[in-house]
Amino acid sequence: MIRNPFLRRIAPQLIILGIVLGLNVLVFPDFFHVEMKNGRLFGNLIDVLNRGAPTALLCVGMTLVIATKGIDLSVGAVMAIAGATAASLVVDGNHWTVAVIGALSVGALCGMWNGFLVAFLRIQPIVATLVLMVAGRGIAQLITEGTILTFLDPGLIHLGAGTVKGVPTPVLIWLTLGLFVAYFVRRTALGMLIEAIGINEASSRLAGINSRVLLVCVYVVSGIGAAIAGIIVAADIQGADANNAGLWLELDAILAVVIGGNSLLGGRFSIVASLLGAMIIQSVNSLILLSGMPPEFNLIIKALLIIAILVIQSPKVAHLLYILRASAPQSHPKQLPPFKESKR
Amino acid sequence: MIRSTHLPLIVTLATFVLAYALCAWQYPAMLSLRVVANLLTDNAFLGIVAVGMTFVILSGGIDLSVGSVIAFTGVFLAVVLRDTTMHPLMAFALVLVITSAFGAAMGSIIHYLEMPPFIVTLAGMFLARGAAYVLSTDSVPITHEFYDALQQVYWKTASGGRFRLIGGVMILTFLVGIVVAHRTRFGQNVYALGGGSATSRLMGVPVASTTIGIYAISGGLAGLAGIVFSLYTSAGYSLATVGVELDAIAAVVIGGTLLTGGFGFIAGTFFGILIMGLIQTYIVFDGTLSSWWTKIVIGGLLFAFILLQKGLTWASTARRKAATGFVTPS
Repeated sequence: MIRNPFLRRIAPQLIILGIVLGLNVLVFPDFFHVEMKNGRLFGNLIDVLNRGAPTALLCVGMTLVIATKGIDLSVGAVMAIAGATAASLVVDGNHWTVAVIGALSVGALCGMWNGFLVAFLRIQPIVATLVLMVAGRGIAQLITEGTILTFLDPGLIHLGAGTVKGVPTPVLIWLTLGLFVAYFVRRTALGMLIEAIGINEASSRLAGINSRVLLVCVYVVSGIGAAIAGIIVAADIQGADANNAGLWLELDAILAVVIGGNSLLGGRFSIVASLLGAMIIQSVNSLILLSGMPPEFNLIIKALLIIAILVIQSPKVAHLLYILRASAPQSHPKQLPPFKESKR
Repeated sequence: MIRSTHLPLIVTLATFVLAYALCAWQYPAMLSLRVVANLLTDNAFLGIVAVGMTFVILSGGIDLSVGSVIAFTGVFLAVVLRDTTMHPLMAFALVLVITSAFGAAMGSIIHYLEMPPFIVTLAGMFLARGAAYVLSTDSVPITHEFYDALQQVYWKTASGGRFRLIGGVMILTFLVGIVVAHRTRFGQNVYALGGGSATSRLMGVPVASTTIGIYAISGGLAGLAGIVFSLYTSAGYSLATVGVELDAIAAVVIGGTLLTGGFGFIAGTFFGILIMGLIQTYIVFDGTLSSWWTKIVIGGLLFAFILLQKGLTWASTARRKAATGFVTPS
């Protein structure tokens, strides 16, 4: 048995990731081969880390939101808005740092709007974030005036396509943000307070937790993460596409959180497990590409993956397994397995 | 005296009449029957799918898979009619069986595995869209004399407006939906389920068969909408109707149905569809506004109606608040 509780928590995700990477090596033996070319790391593994950056950035905030029993459907639209903001600021002749700060503020503002609807107007999270999901792409198109805004600012492009000491910048950005947030919520009481809200908001409020402010903060983190992802996607293609930037990425982010073993019903969460989930999704994508399967199967495989995880996570199935295990003939009847609480 | 339970429906109706009056005041041509006929034709598939969505939302659930199911139906019909000699009517029946069974399968996963409808129908959305991709990634044209015959069925008014068959199918779907929701036992069960799953079980509502039935209806109506959409475009394309589920949900909410379930009217959804169609027609008439304003205005309307619902819920719990000092948050 693994003693360390943290390792035990992320063990299933590590095992799945290992299996998927192993399958990748089977279909493409050079999968782990990484080399330096023109001062830049090249290889399939680097590609997985790089292409998974937007999902990974989204799933940091999404994990926190889902831990409070909420959901944020608007992240894809926020990505489009942030990308459009950054592009239009740069095109207007501002320095790229101004553009980044502007895009991040817009992301934070979007998060604040969602948080306000959820925490103060007490609207269900699905519904509250649906408003921005529907209207958000319209707003992004309003900013880009319906065109794909292209830009040539080297500073901004560096964020999406550049490298730092050979490592692609997006990889460094998502690793830094993910590990910082994960460390921050676990080293302070914030993580525990967020879990308390997710398990029972009424009693957490009675226990003295300022749940409203925390809820707003959680959605703001999600908005900022989405804004960073939006900047990276826009910088990567050197243009802001209001229609397609981040399209359906909110679903990938939710899927990553679910693969990370976090319950959609709120409560305990692990950001590191969600990040591993994002990497699993990207490795599956790369597996489909490398194995030469038609990319049409991508969605079907993803759907089957969700269904399999749902069945495993289902409280009914967990209960059934428990009964099966308890009713099996035991050599030491006195040492019944301790009742394991399901992860919800 | 207006009964408060009808208030959202009345607000929707008033919004529609007011919006139409404003449009007609600015562009008198909006009053022509041609515009009305086009409003029904262009929104036919959305209306049909919104009826199914109303049932799902009334029961407290959500169905994100409908847009993909419409695309799947279109591609399926196109591929079947191209590669086999099957008669379109036979293909229609087959695709309706497939989509209803698909919905029923999602309903049983939701009920028996106790999973949130949101994530189950999300998986269904991926599955249906993926199945459409596997059938064909290209846009497949449909050329069949039966399709031409169906497209020629319309009732022409004196002013040149054409009420086509698919608009009639939508209105018929709404009428059947209203009867089922308000005049049958199944409809009563749907409302009861939306009021509370545990309570309805204690009341003797067959929760399992009702849940599965609701999602089967939603899937089947999405299939019907797919047939209508293929008649409308004469083609099947796997990337078509992306995001229609959001439009359908928005129409249901604008129609005054409570997203928490248990309260709402199918007729409200009809006016929700008309309001959304009206916004698009207005933008076409105006000519200077860009199409993205549609999304922003619909988002704004969505927000306004959610606030209205919240206000009504708040008003009905305010008395309890005065008595106990605080409201138990829902």
